[in-house]
Amino acid sequence: MEIRFLYSDQCPSHDEAIERLRKVLDEEGINAKIEVIRVETFEDAKRFRYPGSPTILINGHDVDPVPNHEYAPTCRAYRLEDGRISPLPSVSIIRKAVHAAKGES
Amino acid sequence: MTNLKIGDKAIPFNLTGVDGKNHSLAEYSGKNAVAVIFSCNHCPYVRAWEDRMVQIQADYDMKGVQLIAINANDASKYPDDSFEKMKERASEKHFNFPYVHDKSQQIARAYGAERTPEVFLFDKTGTLRYHGVIDDNYDDQTGVKVKFLRDALDAILSGKAPITTETKPVGCTIKWK
Repeated sequence: MEIRFLYSDQCPSHDEAIERLRKVLDEEGINAKIEVIRVETFEDAKRFRYPGSPTILINGHDVDPVPNHEYAPTCRAYRLEDGRISPLPSVSIIRKAVHAAKGES
Repeated sequence: MTNLKIGDKAIPFNLTGVDGKNHSLAEYSGKNAVAVIFSCNHCPYVRAWEDRMVQIQADYDMKGVQLIAINANDASKYPDDSFEKMKERASEKHFNFPYVHDKSQQIARAYGAERTPEVFLFDKTGTLRYHGVIDDNYDDQTGVKVKFLRDALDAILSGKAPITTETKPVGCTIKWK
């Protein structure tokens, strides 16, 4: 499984986000390397098709795809299952993406 | 690092709001407390907290408290923070406080604001009494343990000093030009 974690320093949620990602991978028994990429410029945001921090790609797929999003080095909003807006993807959003990737690999 | 320290006087401003009117700090000089909150549209931290901002204004309105949200983000790079989008957000979320545009970013720079949301709470003499976050849990309102802004308001309104006067702002950085 190929995993990329993209983040911007200016958004404080990335430490907790990568902790959640590691926890899910651990619980799912996946021993994959996480490629961590720091994105601080608009040029890099466009290059990585990065809608904001944190962004988690599993086998190239965003754990919570956002259509028509602008690419910018800023914080990213996630809509949680209960409708709340959060700067972090929930554990269940990450887990669902991991399960989907397991199914395809 | 903020330019204002606890005990400093408020820095005046006169900025255009989403209601099309100009709002100056002097306009609220008769209030018992004024919370100047640097805010914006796109930041998920603001979006997580903004319903609580509306509720605080509703709960404290009759006690002479006024919230003012200021968006200073560079909309040329972050179009979601444009004045037009500010109007949409204020309407959609039923903002019950002025939401004003600091297009030149002069006020945000003068205050030394760094994040959104970031609260500067002034008492009726215009003296800074609390600076920082709204509460201790952006992610889950039901998990809030310390309601910093409400606690500071309650203290000010009862003529006491807030127990906590400063917390570290948590949110997106202000997007400078």
